[in-house]
Amino acid sequence: MRIRKLATTALAGALLLAASACGDDGGSGGPSAEGGAPKTLTYWASNQGPSLEADQEILKPELDRFKKETGIEVKVEVVPWADLLNRILAATTSGQGPDVLNIGNTWSASLQATGAFVPFDDTLLAKLGGRDRFLGPSLAATGVAGQPPAAVPIYGMTYGLMYNKKMFAEAGIEAPPKTWDELIETGKKLTKDGKWGLAVEGASVTENAHHAFIFGQQHGAELFDASGRPQFDSDAQVAATKQFLDLMAVHKIVNPSNAEYGNGTQAVQDFTSGKAGMLMWQSIASSAKAAGMGEDEYGVAPIPLPDPAQGGKQVNGMVAGINMAIFKHSRNQDAALEFVKFMTSKQTQQNLNKVYGSLPTVKDAYDDPAFQTEHIKAFQQILATTAAPLPQVPEESQFETLVGTAMNELFADVASGKQVTEEHIKAKLTEADEKMQAGS
Amino acid sequence: MREPRWLPWARWIVLGSLGLFTLVPLYVMATTSIKPLGDVQGDFHWIPTTISLQPFADIWRTVPLAHYFVNSLVVASIAAVASVTIAVFAAYAISRYRFPGRRVFSVTVLSTQMFPGILFLLPLFMIFVNLGNTIGVELYGSRTGLIITYLTFSLPFSIWMLVGYFDSIPTALDEAAQVDGSGPVGALLRVVIPAAMPGIVAVAIYAFMTAWAEVLFASVMTDESTRTLAVGLQGYSTQNDVYWNQLMAASLVVSVPVVAGFLLLQRYLVQGLTAGAVK
Amino acid sequence: MVASTTPRPGARRGTGAPDDGPQRSGGRGPGRVAALIPVRLRRLGLPYLLILPAIVLELLIHLVPMLVGIWMSFLKLTQFFIRNWSAAPGAGLANYEIAVDFDSAVGGSLLRSFTVTVAFTVLAVGLCWLLGTAAAVLMQGSFRGRGVLRTLFLTPYALPAYAGVITWSFMFQRDSGMVNHILVEQSGLLDERPFWLIGGNSFVALLVTYVWRIWPFAFLVLMAGVQNISDELYEASAIDGAGWWRQLRSITLPMLRPVNQVVVLVLFLWTFNDFNTPYVLFGGSAPEEADLISIHIYQSSFVTWNFGSGSAMSVLLLLFLLLVTAVYLVTTSRRTSRA
Repeated sequence: MRIRKLATTALAGALLLAASACGDDGGSGGPSAEGGAPKTLTYWASNQGPSLEADQEILKPELDRFKKETGIEVKVEVVPWADLLNRILAATTSGQGPDVLNIGNTWSASLQATGAFVPFDDTLLAKLGGRDRFLGPSLAATGVAGQPPAAVPIYGMTYGLMYNKKMFAEAGIEAPPKTWDELIETGKKLTKDGKWGLAVEGASVTENAHHAFIFGQQHGAELFDASGRPQFDSDAQVAATKQFLDLMAVHKIVNPSNAEYGNGTQAVQDFTSGKAGMLMWQSIASSAKAAGMGEDEYGVAPIPLPDPAQGGKQVNGMVAGINMAIFKHSRNQDAALEFVKFMTSKQTQQNLNKVYGSLPTVKDAYDDPAFQTEHIKAFQQILATTAAPLPQVPEESQFETLVGTAMNELFADVASGKQVTEEHIKAKLTEADEKMQAGS
Repeated sequence: MREPRWLPWARWIVLGSLGLFTLVPLYVMATTSIKPLGDVQGDFHWIPTTISLQPFADIWRTVPLAHYFVNSLVVASIAAVASVTIAVFAAYAISRYRFPGRRVFSVTVLSTQMFPGILFLLPLFMIFVNLGNTIGVELYGSRTGLIITYLTFSLPFSIWMLVGYFDSIPTALDEAAQVDGSGPVGALLRVVIPAAMPGIVAVAIYAFMTAWAEVLFASVMTDESTRTLAVGLQGYSTQNDVYWNQLMAASLVVSVPVVAGFLLLQRYLVQGLTAGAVK
Repeated sequence: MVASTTPRPGARRGTGAPDDGPQRSGGRGPGRVAALIPVRLRRLGLPYLLILPAIVLELLIHLVPMLVGIWMSFLKLTQFFIRNWSAAPGAGLANYEIAVDFDSAVGGSLLRSFTVTVAFTVLAVGLCWLLGTAAAVLMQGSFRGRGVLRTLFLTPYALPAYAGVITWSFMFQRDSGMVNHILVEQSGLLDERPFWLIGGNSFVALLVTYVWRIWPFAFLVLMAGVQNISDELYEASAIDGAGWWRQLRSITLPMLRPVNQVVVLVLFLWTFNDFNTPYVLFGGSAPEEADLISIHIYQSSFVTWNFGSGSAMSVLLLLFLLLVTAVYLVTTSRRTSRA
């Protein structure tokens, strides 16, 4: 550390020259830049809409309204998902970041562990209308249980089973499948003439990790034991993983090409373009709209639940969504809280979730007719009853990376025609497990 | 130089296949940029079935492309010029002088090329933030910080290459210049630099491209107002869709000025030793 | 522009008045060193002044951060401590022990990633250099279309890396990619559509993409090297009756040696540390067969929040590269000085 400071001082002179020559640009650096006048907030928004620019446009009227109400100006930067975590890390490390920011809710516990965010204790939550105002499952995905949330939910989502109504009608299928056997049967009926029953994003680490969790829950697997140690290779988790892979490997209702889908849009495209009849996904409203697929052309049903006799949990979705956090480094924490309050207010919740096709995270926002559509109600039902949050442990992001990657590799093996046995799956998951333990 | 009879054939075959290898992706890029998104996502066709120039209009709306382009251009140009200037002086010292520490300096500089970026990304970021706070100049998030980083990235290679080029210029040349009354720096400016022009241009292009293409550091060290193209282009791949056609269109649009710049520089690249009076 | 103004006036100050007669030796002929002490002092200071800006920047951007990075590798730097590094408990050599324990999952996959990287580097550098040299040599002399070809060859290098690589990933798609369109539908070489972005072929995909993007750089630098070779050498040897091959072997290649030495070394270092290509081509997580070491380290530090362990792996990588570079420099400079 001392060496750094020394060098820092020594080099300052040389740099001053350089900096003064081209230090004209608008690299505003967050809170410290505004020192005396706490009337400006910086806000990192995540990319929720069709593009970064679209997000700016969607947020602008709301931020204008906020300024009118409070006099506080919000400078928003929409950070692409590819950069968001790195930016947060850098901000956490250096203390130079925004006042308020969006995070993927699965990162909550990991980021909570850094201590970089203002904890929303009961006093703070009371200012937002109290704990009970929020949807229980969404609030459960905001940090380690028993600790004050590191963030509050603003956009809610969960998994559902989308199905193409026209393809179902053509194949003579009347209702969406309710059990896994039915889903496989339905899938087989749909799989013909270059079309497939189900689309998956087989090379996406996050999607795979989410499905590993959902399927695992159905088999009664817990990814972490009570003391927080990973147990990715439990027999139940292996069986769950096999069940998911077998949709491609054994039942052949998933196009093997799906094993290379990794950018988070290709499975959706297969669905919206009619190449696949079913899809297990979060809201696809805006993608469907962009692809010209009308809202009435597809239905949303719950992902099948396991036979209760089999054991396991009645879980068919993970609590997905976006949370909002306040940086501890912020010098404008009061204003920041004001903004969080605004973003979780009934009006803002209704406006934004409507545009983004997501679910409001506060109960009082649901009286808007826009949230009474069939799709939204279906998602809302799943989120409220059968969705569970991913394990709220600080090592959550390691879990996603390690298990998600292991599943990518397994899908690749399946697609290239290799026999993927339980031993093979177990070996992969054990490897992930060992890496996890070595890191902690 | 006398050319054997088979040479034109060999040239044709080798350069032709290399040209094809280079061209095919560029062709795919160009044709994709004029297809509607639906066609792009469908099966591949060499000839577009529907032509639409819409992507070229949409690219400006999806991401602030012009803004990113200016950022990249400013950062890369300043970094390239500064890097080459610094490298020319350093390389001249190494090529023409024997001084204590010369070997240490050159080996150390070269060894910095092997530092994995991942390793010093976070430390560098912290240094920038602290330095910014100390001297009151914002380095993080500003173009200045990025320029300083990039010009340093290209320094080691630039210095080493220029040493190689300078070594190939006979010392008789600068000695002659010094007889004519120039100091060593005069000799450098008047004789060595013109004679090493192809090398200097090559190094400048390299320094420019290093700054132009870098993704990892840019993704952490820029914000919306200073984001560079290398990072900004990722904006066409969003949560909902990958706008392949717009991405390709944008890539083409931003590459045209750069390729044009290369074309202009080529003149200097081929000039060779013609600038030097003595050979 | 910024820094360009610094060295020049400084350098002038160092050399004194422009009419410095005795300096004509330029440092190469020690026998002609002038006896005047002030001049000698000035001369002694000049090279240091010339390299000063480079030293300052290297310290700031490379060396100091690197030292911090090395220090990080001895810490247990997980998400619990990144906010306040000084609170991170020391890890001693634990981070290194895990990384080099090749029987463990972490060490084993590091070793595998290392092997993949070595294979990739050897092939990629070899190909880039070969293509670059071939093109540079064949483009000597003048013929129709030379300028067009030169521009074309440089274009992949002029594209932002993201654009070039994402185009390849687009072409490598199994169902709607150009590569399979040629291999399966047009030529009928294969019956079954192969995967390029996952499984064993991903290595080939990575190699092709990388070579496409980087060989123009080798070409650019070698072409500049070829341009720097004096025509007189060729003229003289032509008088001696040397043919094209002999000129290539006895003039072009030897004269390119100093340039080659650096090009190959730098290509090696770049390729070994390449991050952008696999990151963009495979969307963040590379398949095992194409899991280059920097992606691997990224995954085991940035994505999994374990910076201590990632730093230790980076330091190991650095040590390896230092070793290779040292051996390379010793062997090649011995050869060069004999030449």
